[in-house]
Amino acid sequence: MTEKTVLNATHRELGARMVDFGGWDMPISYGSQIEEHHVVRRDAGMFDVSHMTVVDLHGARVREFLRHLLANSVDKLKVQGKALYSCMLNEQGGVIDDLIVYFLGDEFFRLVVNAATRAKDLAWIEQQAKAFGVAVQERPEFAMVAVQGPNARVKVIGLLHEVDRARIEKLGRFAAAAAQGPHGVPLFIARTGYTGEDGFEILVPQEQAVTLWKELVGAGVAPCGLGARDTLRLEAGMNLYGQDMDESVTPWEAGLAWTIALDEGRDFIGRKALEAQKAAGVPRTMVGLVMDDKGVLRHGQKVLTDRGEGEILSGSFSPTLSKSVAFARVPAGVTEGLRVDIRGREVPVRLVKFPFVRDGKPCEGI
Amino acid sequence: MSSKEIPGDLKFLKSHEWARVEDNGLIRVGISDHAQEQLGDLVYVELPEIGAEVKAGSGAATVESVKAASDIYSPVSGEVVEVNEILSDKPETINEDAYSAGWLFVVKASDRGELDELLSADDYAELIEHEDD
Repeated sequence: MTEKTVLNATHRELGARMVDFGGWDMPISYGSQIEEHHVVRRDAGMFDVSHMTVVDLHGARVREFLRHLLANSVDKLKVQGKALYSCMLNEQGGVIDDLIVYFLGDEFFRLVVNAATRAKDLAWIEQQAKAFGVAVQERPEFAMVAVQGPNARVKVIGLLHEVDRARIEKLGRFAAAAAQGPHGVPLFIARTGYTGEDGFEILVPQEQAVTLWKELVGAGVAPCGLGARDTLRLEAGMNLYGQDMDESVTPWEAGLAWTIALDEGRDFIGRKALEAQKAAGVPRTMVGLVMDDKGVLRHGQKVLTDRGEGEILSGSFSPTLSKSVAFARVPAGVTEGLRVDIRGREVPVRLVKFPFVRDGKPCEGI
Repeated sequence: MSSKEIPGDLKFLKSHEWARVEDNGLIRVGISDHAQEQLGDLVYVELPEIGAEVKAGSGAATVESVKAASDIYSPVSGEVVEVNEILSDKPETINEDAYSAGWLFVVKASDRGELDELLSADDYAELIEHEDD
């Protein structure tokens, strides 16, 4: 049985092309996926991301629990409302999921985890939480809308109650706060996203999500599908769980070293395995690739190097660059002479640093 | 859903390629408007070489949208005598005009009997209607 978000009928009214997305019936695009991509880079677009899973954690020892559960350190979260991106690892150092954690009170944190991994995430979190006396509460009554683009914040702020506007305008990156939306709708607004653009991810009670969506359309925010979200996040150098990493891959091998906090004395799940792998030498590394020839890099294509084979992880056409870019996992130390096997043809690709696009423009060397 | 009419002179493969018999007897080949809608924005087209032999029902070209790569089958066997060069710079021509400016290649058919195996425009319209069920 396919699940539907509360905005499903709204998407259909707008003529969206719907696809199965990890068990959810979601809009891949409303019209041209490329146009939806550009509107986010140049103005403001929005995505229904209500399929994502919100999990609240309450308890006197909740911070201590998260120090143990997450590979990034929640001790970086010092001010209420601040958020952190982290991996949640198994004992082998493999990635169970990536998530955002919000610090909402001394005894209250909120997680937003992926939709496709919902069941195993909840089972794992609950299993680990027992020893800390932390209550794990899923919040399916929230819908979630991501409003992204250089004009996204202005358009959202214009819809808020006057008393909240100045406060939300000052909201820093990776921070969240409550505010009152149109018609008194209570919102949880986070200055986060998955596109590389500025903007907000907004939690809204399900029964008021359609109202919020329509107000945003009225404010000039364009509905965009998950197709554009995928090309936007790839250009922005952001990983996709299941494609770029999973339980058989460590953060070292997935370009996520920056999310690992090896702070003194913190015993997080997977730490021993990560330290052992680092000491022994990480065999594979995730790199960015650009293809100057025509064609499109796709998930699963073989990468040929002088040190052995690798594979394309996320790969797509980049609308901003008008050529194909990808993440690939290749043997460590490879820098030159990379080729990709595209239907039997060996096409040269360049290894580059990612993100590929920043502030709507190609990064240097791309 | 599409309001675009399917030209009555076209014949189709179930896999959404069309064939049009030109006045000079050559067969022009493209993909249906329904197919381009399903694929989404096209970003790359790999066409056969002029002079290449193609076989009915076998892969002759590849079109890639942002989403996916798809093989394009030739509706008839024969020799490729012309390809649509515009598509290498403007693959979106297929999205804009699948039944005319967005054609892919022209075949000099070796067995015109193969044309009888193809679906009529009406039969194809019925096929895609049921596909959406």
